[in-house]
Amino acid sequence: MIRAYVSGDMASVALGADEVVAALAVRGVEVVRTGSRGLFRIEPLVEIDTPEGRIAYGPVEANEIDAVLDGTHASRIGRIEDHPFFARQQRFTFARCGVIDPLSLDDYAAHGGWQALDKARALTPQAVVDEVKASGLRGRGGAGFPTGIKWQTVLDTRSPEKFIVCNADEGDSGTFADRMLMEGDPFCLIEGMAIAAHAVGAGHGFIYIRSEYPFAIRVMQAAITRAAPRIAPFALEVRVGAGAYVCGEETALLDSIEGKRGQVRAKPPLPAIEGLFGRPTVINNVLSLAAVPFIVAEGAQAYQAVGFGRSRGTMPIQLAGNVRNGGLFEAGFGITLGELVNDIGGGTETGRPVKAVQVGGPLGAYFPPAMFDLPFDYEAFAAAGGLIGHAGITVFDDTVDMAHMARFAMEFCAHESCGKCTPCRIGAVRGMETIDRIVGGGRQPGGLEAMPQMRNAAARPRDRAAEIALLRDLCDTMKFGSLCALGGFTPYPVLSALDHFPQDFDQPATAQAAE
Amino acid sequence: MAWISETDLGTKPAPDSARTVSLRIDGDTVTVPEGTSIMRAAALRGTNIPKLCATDRLDAFGSCRLCLVEIEGRAGYPASCTTPVTEGMVVRTESAKLAKLRRGVMELYISDHPLDCLTCSANGDCELQDQAGAVGLRDVRYGYDGANHLQAAKDESNPYFDFDPAKCIVCSRCVRACDEVQGTFALTIDGSGFGSKVVASADEGFLPSECVSCGACVQACPTSALIEKTVTDIGTPDRAIVTTCAYCGVGCTFRAEMRGEQLVRMVPWKEGKANRGHSCVKGRFAWGYANHRDRILNPMIRESVDQPWREVSWDEAIAHTASEFRRIQAKYGTRSVGGITSSRCTNEETFLVQKLIRQGFGNNNVDTCARVCHSPTGYGLSTTFGTSAGTQDFDSVEHSDVIMVIGANPTDGHPVFASRMKQRLRQGARLIVVDPRRIDLVHSPHVDAAHHLPLKPGTNVAVLTAMAHVVVTEGLADEAFIRERCDWDEYSDWAAFVAQPERSPEATAALTGVPAADLRAAARLFATGGNGAIYYGLGVTEHSQGSSTVMAIANLAMATGNIGREGVGVNPLRGQNNVQGSCDMGSFPHEYSGYRHVSDPATRTLFETAWGVSLDPEPGLRIPNMLDAATDGTFKALFIQGEDILQSDPNTHHVAAGLAAMECVVVQDLFLNETANYAHIFLPGSTFLEKDGTFTNAERRIQLVRKVMDPLNGYADWEIVQLVAQALGLDWQYTHPSEIMDEIAALTPTFAKVSYLALEEHGSLQWPATDAAPLGTPTMHVDGFVRGKGKFVVADYVPTDERTGPRFPLLLTTGRILSQYNVGAQTRRTENVAWHAEDRLEIHPHDAENRGLRDGDWVSLRSRAGETTLRALITDRVAPGVVYTTFHHPDTQANVITTDYSDWATNCPEYKVTAVEVSPSNGPSEWQRAYADQAARARRIETEAAE
Repeated sequence: MIRAYVSGDMASVALGADEVVAALAVRGVEVVRTGSRGLFRIEPLVEIDTPEGRIAYGPVEANEIDAVLDGTHASRIGRIEDHPFFARQQRFTFARCGVIDPLSLDDYAAHGGWQALDKARALTPQAVVDEVKASGLRGRGGAGFPTGIKWQTVLDTRSPEKFIVCNADEGDSGTFADRMLMEGDPFCLIEGMAIAAHAVGAGHGFIYIRSEYPFAIRVMQAAITRAAPRIAPFALEVRVGAGAYVCGEETALLDSIEGKRGQVRAKPPLPAIEGLFGRPTVINNVLSLAAVPFIVAEGAQAYQAVGFGRSRGTMPIQLAGNVRNGGLFEAGFGITLGELVNDIGGGTETGRPVKAVQVGGPLGAYFPPAMFDLPFDYEAFAAAGGLIGHAGITVFDDTVDMAHMARFAMEFCAHESCGKCTPCRIGAVRGMETIDRIVGGGRQPGGLEAMPQMRNAAARPRDRAAEIALLRDLCDTMKFGSLCALGGFTPYPVLSALDHFPQDFDQPATAQAAE
Repeated sequence: MAWISETDLGTKPAPDSARTVSLRIDGDTVTVPEGTSIMRAAALRGTNIPKLCATDRLDAFGSCRLCLVEIEGRAGYPASCTTPVTEGMVVRTESAKLAKLRRGVMELYISDHPLDCLTCSANGDCELQDQAGAVGLRDVRYGYDGANHLQAAKDESNPYFDFDPAKCIVCSRCVRACDEVQGTFALTIDGSGFGSKVVASADEGFLPSECVSCGACVQACPTSALIEKTVTDIGTPDRAIVTTCAYCGVGCTFRAEMRGEQLVRMVPWKEGKANRGHSCVKGRFAWGYANHRDRILNPMIRESVDQPWREVSWDEAIAHTASEFRRIQAKYGTRSVGGITSSRCTNEETFLVQKLIRQGFGNNNVDTCARVCHSPTGYGLSTTFGTSAGTQDFDSVEHSDVIMVIGANPTDGHPVFASRMKQRLRQGARLIVVDPRRIDLVHSPHVDAAHHLPLKPGTNVAVLTAMAHVVVTEGLADEAFIRERCDWDEYSDWAAFVAQPERSPEATAALTGVPAADLRAAARLFATGGNGAIYYGLGVTEHSQGSSTVMAIANLAMATGNIGREGVGVNPLRGQNNVQGSCDMGSFPHEYSGYRHVSDPATRTLFETAWGVSLDPEPGLRIPNMLDAATDGTFKALFIQGEDILQSDPNTHHVAAGLAAMECVVVQDLFLNETANYAHIFLPGSTFLEKDGTFTNAERRIQLVRKVMDPLNGYADWEIVQLVAQALGLDWQYTHPSEIMDEIAALTPTFAKVSYLALEEHGSLQWPATDAAPLGTPTMHVDGFVRGKGKFVVADYVPTDERTGPRFPLLLTTGRILSQYNVGAQTRRTENVAWHAEDRLEIHPHDAENRGLRDGDWVSLRSRAGETTLRALITDRVAPGVVYTTFHHPDTQANVITTDYSDWATNCPEYKVTAVEVSPSNGPSEWQRAYADQAARARRIETEAAE
């Protein structure tokens, strides 16, 4: 019997994977549903077991199955590992994703699964924490805080109860690595959490998944059930979000798990000391926790050897937006933005020149091609006025209106603000209004300001420059005054758009492009 | 006292102040307890960092972002409210950058806020206004045409305060106050981002919501988004006087905030040791009765009760009173007259009334309303421990691990203490509720009782004995404590008694209705769960076995070692503001002040020497005995200060008959109460706002009552009693209540160190305040029981004679509701009627169905004693077979139903158990109509026959 591998990932299914599977099934082919390999241009992707290995075809339509089965399909790729998009990658975290059946404990074990947990449990908690520290792993959710130090704090905080919380509220537009991992290799995340639990002395863990990820929720729940005996006495459960972006902020996420309104908490106290239900809590991103099994199994040195500056190991980078090779690309830090966008991403899907890329989700900065020599590194990006964030890269061609994108950033902030702190709650709305006035060329004093009762208001017209100065002041207030990264990072896209594309604030980009 | 706004240090004190931390703030070295916030540390040195969401009553929140500071070596601008100090930290509270950030934040606030400050009701008392000034905002560059909330509709539904969302800055202080302080969780932030708004319950407006109008949110609001209607009507206050609430036994202290002679608002005083800055709807808002149109301001007399009242001068009224008492005593004997002191009046006034009776009338016929509430507490606790009072202060609950509430409904009856208790429960203390009804504490937001034992009314002793059975037979008793602190032989006798198989939870379950497994679990929890505290109310005392129940509680506390330290104890929740004080002051017919028997020669000699007369060594009559004697024709005149015995005492028919049989009934009160229908002389009383004095609350805490305005009736109550005494020929020359307290202190050992000077200095004192403990005694029986060894008293369960049967198959129990107070004389004359306009009969759906009743139907409620009608409220809060009502409204007269069964030791009436039948009805009973007619006739006041 022929065995084929087809991804059951949500993106693959969206591209027609289920229809392809149905067509294969009709022909008596045994189909193994895997996670996605991570290059969506070649999805739906079918891999056929052959004596030479798994031979891939993609993209494949359901009505082209016969050609796949007889090896004549025009989209024959060959061994996927040899495809240039994959050959350049260093897959530490996503090594099994797209390869194994995500819910097969046998598959997982056959591909090195649980070795790390067994090894960790043979060590003292401190030794495990030391290993994670030595790896140089930093929080992959965006803040880049050293994971080992966070764990050390939880380990050192005495409490009758501790928790491991996985932040799988992957809300940044253009990011999907968490989802792919949960759908493609859920045991890897579970193993990482179990190791964390051993390292800090936690008995219970939660995976907080956004409700927009029904596949991931289903797969994680099934995987938890199957892995329960393996990870016992550590116990895990899935908690599903309710659509609030701000619940990706760790303290709002904790409030949400506690059943409260998802609202950002002031820090201190740090969650590592007073986290979920007031107990010491490790809260890490999916990618941070999923990197741990590799680190423990292969040794901190193997992970630490890769990277750039203080950014060690690999980063699963997500290419999205107007890009030809959209998908997941795991590579060591240090690769340049230009390599990622042009060499790996293949430039824009529309074929027009790249105008800007936004790195780090909707709160990341926009970079023009002039800055494409920037190495992918936390410090380098910070120095350039941006952030890596969750390593989402969204590509725009030259038709994009950056004033519009700046306004969108404020609009996004206004839409997703929890409403707790003033700079974010009111500032985002004023930001939208101010950008509108900038684009509109300024404003005359309003009716109220012109009243003789108003002696203190400046009753003079405000030109575009004055409004831009106000926008910069507002960004300053939001950046330094906001309680969390939502309001605090919204100025990144706004100011980078203003700094790198000032002409878009004078006239619409479409008009420029037409010139 | 001039207007002093209370200082707000921004955040709460550090929880553990054992270690200190030194840091530099703006160049100065500051040393504060570890865990203190930067904001508080700065405020303590006089630096007020701008703030809006922070207040030292609430946990730090960090939302307004005005309080940002710079810390050397730290990136960014941390909020000073949420950042604790660390050793060696260097903080700057002002810099050009900080000024710009704060102005930027304020500019955003004001871009969405009304600008008509000068006509705002909070003008001059608004933190937003203050902070806008502090940060130097001069212009809002965004203009005023952006998105805003200025069109939001006001919510004026609450009778006492308004909510104007346009003025709301969404700081969440109201929401947090409702959650953290009050614990009702009625308020929330609805929506998110710019759409965030404060709503009550599910955005249904304040009045219909779960809001209990405690006022914490109004107090917390930094703007006029939530503001008292009185401030809107009158203006902001210009002075404040700290005084003590005249409602329940919690004894909250308030700032009476005044403008001229006009009371603008009552705001709970942060320094108040009983209430710690919190309040309930009654003390905070329901003071409008003080100038209600029903208030009687002129003395009145009449020959007989079928005549209308005739207004007379004070001179005439006082002279008439004295001559009537002298006439009656001359005719019927010295002991034919008596008086009743009031638990609503001050210690000094109460002391004077009993002195008037003992010294002036020459007998001991004095009693007080404690007769009908907590007299069994006095008997029970003095027998077992040696002191007629609770053992703890309210702060003690913060150290409790297991809290047992028996026969009390604190969220309604003692709401401010209930909030404290709920704070502790939310921190993890466990709760056991023993009550026939599913009171709110059993299940409310973030509070769930570990065990609710829904016993049948009247079976308290059986339940407590079964708990003791579990403690003793399962080896959970604290033997070390008992051997050291109690009489071991008495304990052994008691233990053998409770260990009898017929006392077990299993053997008594059928009788009590409490499942044995639940009772065992509750007993184990109480005995082994750490510090165990018992709080109880009238559901314990107002039974034929009231005193036995109090002693059973004391036994349980001693057996589990829960006496003599913080977090434990036996704590009666006192009903009236000064019921503890009225008992302390010698209001009982057998006791002088300080609970010393009138037959004790040494004590009597002390008083005889001080008062210059010989005193009657025989105890006098209790209230029920006075009424019995009146119907027998031997008791002819009664002086009643501030109590409405006709409405509040059991078996109304009997009370009415007794009063009607007297020749002279004097009522001294604010209003023509129900008892005044049978009075011949009416002496108008003064409110707590119009007098100086002291009240003693349930924790034995003596607190000053301060006069904030002149008595509308001309005299404070103590002055009226003094006038009567002088007319009787007694040489009383008190010029101020402090002199009365000096006399009390001189004559009462437990009050030895109490004086107005000491009270002014220390804020309050908990008696005993003696040479050994000059600052008072927060926790009693610390090193040993007052009586020596703690006494275990075998308290056998004896069923009440009041039994259900075919004619009266249901058990009626009575109680209170949050918004009304006792007989309602005050609260019915306030806007509190918005919540409770009538007494309703709570009945289980099963019992209602059997009788064909629907919710809201008029029902007839009948007992052996009488009948009344009221409307039904169908609820499973009561168990099948039990019905419940309140007694706040004279239209209902629930005490027509209650019987004259009473506590075997103290005659405290058995209000809590009456066998009744309920049936459909068309409206008020014949008796109610006749009563209403009589009352209308009796309340007529003759107008001048000028035309």
